[in-house]
Amino acid sequence: MRSFSETFENKSRLITRRMFILSSLKIAVFIGIICRLFYLQISENIKWRSLSDKNRLREWKMPPQRGIIEDYFGEKIAKNSQVFQLHMIPEDVPNLEELFFRLSKIIDFNERQKSNLIKRLKKRKPWEPIIISDNLSWSEFSRLNLFLHETPGIKPVVSIARKYIEDGSFSHIIGYVSAVSVKDLENSALLRKINIPGLKTGKNGLEKSLNEDMIGKPGLQRFEVNAYGKRIKELKFVEGTAGKNYRTTLDIDVQQFTSELLKDKSGSICVMDIYTGDIIAMVSSPTFDANKFVHGIDTKDWQDLINDDKKPLINKSIAGLYPPGSTIKPLVALSALENDVISPNTTTECKGVIELYGHTYHCWKEKGHGFLRLREGIKQSCDIYFYEVARRLGVDRLAETANKFGLGNKVLDILDEERTGLVPSTKWKLKNIGRGWLLGETLLAGIGQGYFQVTPIQLCLMTAQLANGGYKIKPKIIYNEQALQSTTDASREQFGQLYRNQENVKFVLDAQFGATNEPMGTSYRSRHVKPEYIFAGKTGTSQIRSITEEERELKIKQKDLPYKRRDHALFTAFAPYKNPRYAFSVVIEHGGAGSSAAAPLAKKVIKKVLDRQQLRTKYQPDLFQEV
Amino acid sequence: MIKQHFQKSNLRFRDKILALDFPLIFLILLLGVISLFAMYSSEQGKFSYYTQSHLYRFVIFFTVFIIVAFFRIQFWSKSAYLFYFIILILLFAVDFYGVTASGSKRWINLFFINLQPSELMKVALIIFLARYYYKIPLENVSNIKHIVLPLFALIVPVFLVASQPDLGTAILIAFGGFAVIWLAGLRIKFFLYSFFILICLIPIGVSFLKPYQKSRILTFFNPERDPLGAGYQIIQSKIAVGSGGIFGKGFLQGSQSYLDYLPEKHTDFIFTLFSEEFGFVGSIVLLLIYVLIMYRIVAIGIQSKSDFAKLYCFGFAAAFFFYVTVNMSMVLGLLPIVGAPLPIMSYGGSAMLSMMIGLGIVMSCRIYRTS
Repeated sequence: MRSFSETFENKSRLITRRMFILSSLKIAVFIGIICRLFYLQISENIKWRSLSDKNRLREWKMPPQRGIIEDYFGEKIAKNSQVFQLHMIPEDVPNLEELFFRLSKIIDFNERQKSNLIKRLKKRKPWEPIIISDNLSWSEFSRLNLFLHETPGIKPVVSIARKYIEDGSFSHIIGYVSAVSVKDLENSALLRKINIPGLKTGKNGLEKSLNEDMIGKPGLQRFEVNAYGKRIKELKFVEGTAGKNYRTTLDIDVQQFTSELLKDKSGSICVMDIYTGDIIAMVSSPTFDANKFVHGIDTKDWQDLINDDKKPLINKSIAGLYPPGSTIKPLVALSALENDVISPNTTTECKGVIELYGHTYHCWKEKGHGFLRLREGIKQSCDIYFYEVARRLGVDRLAETANKFGLGNKVLDILDEERTGLVPSTKWKLKNIGRGWLLGETLLAGIGQGYFQVTPIQLCLMTAQLANGGYKIKPKIIYNEQALQSTTDASREQFGQLYRNQENVKFVLDAQFGATNEPMGTSYRSRHVKPEYIFAGKTGTSQIRSITEEERELKIKQKDLPYKRRDHALFTAFAPYKNPRYAFSVVIEHGGAGSSAAAPLAKKVIKKVLDRQQLRTKYQPDLFQEV
Repeated sequence: MIKQHFQKSNLRFRDKILALDFPLIFLILLLGVISLFAMYSSEQGKFSYYTQSHLYRFVIFFTVFIIVAFFRIQFWSKSAYLFYFIILILLFAVDFYGVTASGSKRWINLFFINLQPSELMKVALIIFLARYYYKIPLENVSNIKHIVLPLFALIVPVFLVASQPDLGTAILIAFGGFAVIWLAGLRIKFFLYSFFILICLIPIGVSFLKPYQKSRILTFFNPERDPLGAGYQIIQSKIAVGSGGIFGKGFLQGSQSYLDYLPEKHTDFIFTLFSEEFGFVGSIVLLLIYVLIMYRIVAIGIQSKSDFAKLYCFGFAAAFFFYVTVNMSMVLGLLPIVGAPLPIMSYGGSAMLSMMIGLGIVMSCRIYRTS
């Protein structure tokens, strides 16, 4: 039995002992906490600091100014112009419904826009400005400013947006910009990098090809934000840099004039400098107003465009494929001369019809041309003569020459939608159709029918390379485009000799002079009389299907055929005849005969271009010296 | 009765003043000043509501601390049961007449103050158990008869608080209680048994947890589970502490708290705010102040002659340790987020009152250490 004091002592000691046990536990835990602090604040400091900055800092990018596209003379084709926009700061609006009602009285603001806006509002923070309308008219804008005191929370803003020449004459070449889509983001790392709300990207034409250079560098504003995303203060401001400007070889005057000529027609006109390869005009018709796409096109307008039979959205100059028809005859003749299968004196009789390989082949002139030599064959565009030339030449040798002169290859390489066309050959047929070449097909190839498919710009290039004496040129739209095409390649390619004997080239040029300027020539009626405008050209009428015997009997006129079944009218030309400088190609879809539908248009364009030749050469005189 | 205890003391007032533990008082005042700066920073450098209110409370409750200290320790020993029962009744009252805020019923309106009895229970239970074991001879401590009552006295308030629901405070009350039972000499095997039973009871306990409590615990194990919801607090807290670095971002420069990323920055996360602004060095200094306070409490216990004083001081030191470490571990991501304020630093009247009473009794042990 222990005494009371002993128990007392024991109890005290036990309490103290257990206190020390507890204290050592405490020390262990404190050391643990210190280790944790060390780990978070010293070992992992960088990680947490960057997370803290990520919380704290938010950057807003500002859309850069897009580069400008100018014509040869520095006139703006695609520019950035002032637009009037309406922004709203949701948190400053006392009553949304009331505001919408007032807006509908002041500007064009319908139910659909309203529901769309409400949908967008849900995804936004109430202090972030939201765009209600990004393209107000001046009268809407001024009315808004007048009623501003009645509509708190909205802000009329003057901003910058893409603006194209109104008449749509450049819509195909330049293309247009529009809001960035998911697909655009997938395709472009640059867009992913600088994706800013409100940024527009090139969807088509040069706007698309040159997009990455023209888009510019976005500006940057760095803000400190609080946990709710509200900007507290601005920490950094970096101004963006505008995108690269481009000067083109195009001439706004010629382009607009040409576009006007083609109004209500479906087709294309191309004009090219035969030495520099500068494309002076390249028009496709019908056209559309590219400005409509910038702020998002209306469903109705869009439907109208895609349902139009004349395909206004397609750039026919580079993506329209047509059989070249008789416009290829000078090239066939050149090929035959170069290969020595005929001479200028080779004579053939045209009776209007010929029987070969068990088929009947017709000349366009039913009565026939009688006895012809090569020059007359080209001038009068005799089909029978060229059946004979083609028969002697063979399709593969023709294909070789055609390829050399630019058919069957892309001409520009800068516009995505460009197509290569087709120059048929025995090898091609075996590979792609899987059947052997028929001799009759050679005859059709000789008059630019059958499998032959060319784009208007290819015809223009072909004509240019004949007109410059048979030298290779590299056509271009962008002036000074070193960045896009390696200069060394270009210079090596440029002025490569395409002929064996230049006399042959001169001969076919002279024959074309005959076709335009001598009686009996196919385009005689479209000639210029004034010496300074005299040009040489070749008509073409390409069938889009073979004419049945029955129709031939009935002598159905083109005018009486349904639109879709009419022939395409073509014309190629170069001017001025003495000392040529420009090549032209005209294609009128379903226009009928080349002589009546295409050549008269060419005549007008040629006058326009030659009138401006002085101006153009003066503007950059050194260019001529290089040649 | 109060008068009697004040006057019957054989110490003169001047002796009492000299008998105060000045290092402890200095540490408490230091902590009070630091807490005011932290509060000022939490209000983005404005001397507004929280800071003012914290200042008034600190001044008033520090006075309470001094008054409590001047009461004889025998008085506290004798009124321990009474104190406990008053608080227990208040806890029951909360259940019926409590004020509900943010989903739990914790406060009771006493007309002049909204009191949180669960906070006061932290001290009341310690003093109750200290008093209970003071009377029991050592060899009887492990008797079943003497285990039931303290266990009952512990479980009732813990259960009441947990059902408010306020899991954090309930756990802290229980920890304090267990610490005293342990110090009183209950055999280790009982702790092992109850630990074992506790493990077995976890599945049942989980089924009683509220969804938000479950979510907090799951989030603790993987904060990325729900970074914008339940995991938000702990992730933001770790970012704040971690980004503080060695010397911190500087006073009033804590971006996490200044820009409102940090939740509950006046209360449970005040240490995070402090740690972000004063870094590793500042945190260690703050931790050191707490360690020194505990050291002083323990030292007072050792100097005291009576077992009641020893039990109370050691028990209170242990409880104080739990409050500090649970709070810190929580904001550092070592424990799940349960409501546990940091003593004196955190905003909250009842918690501060409770700590000041607790420390006052410790000081009373010091003044009357020889009796």
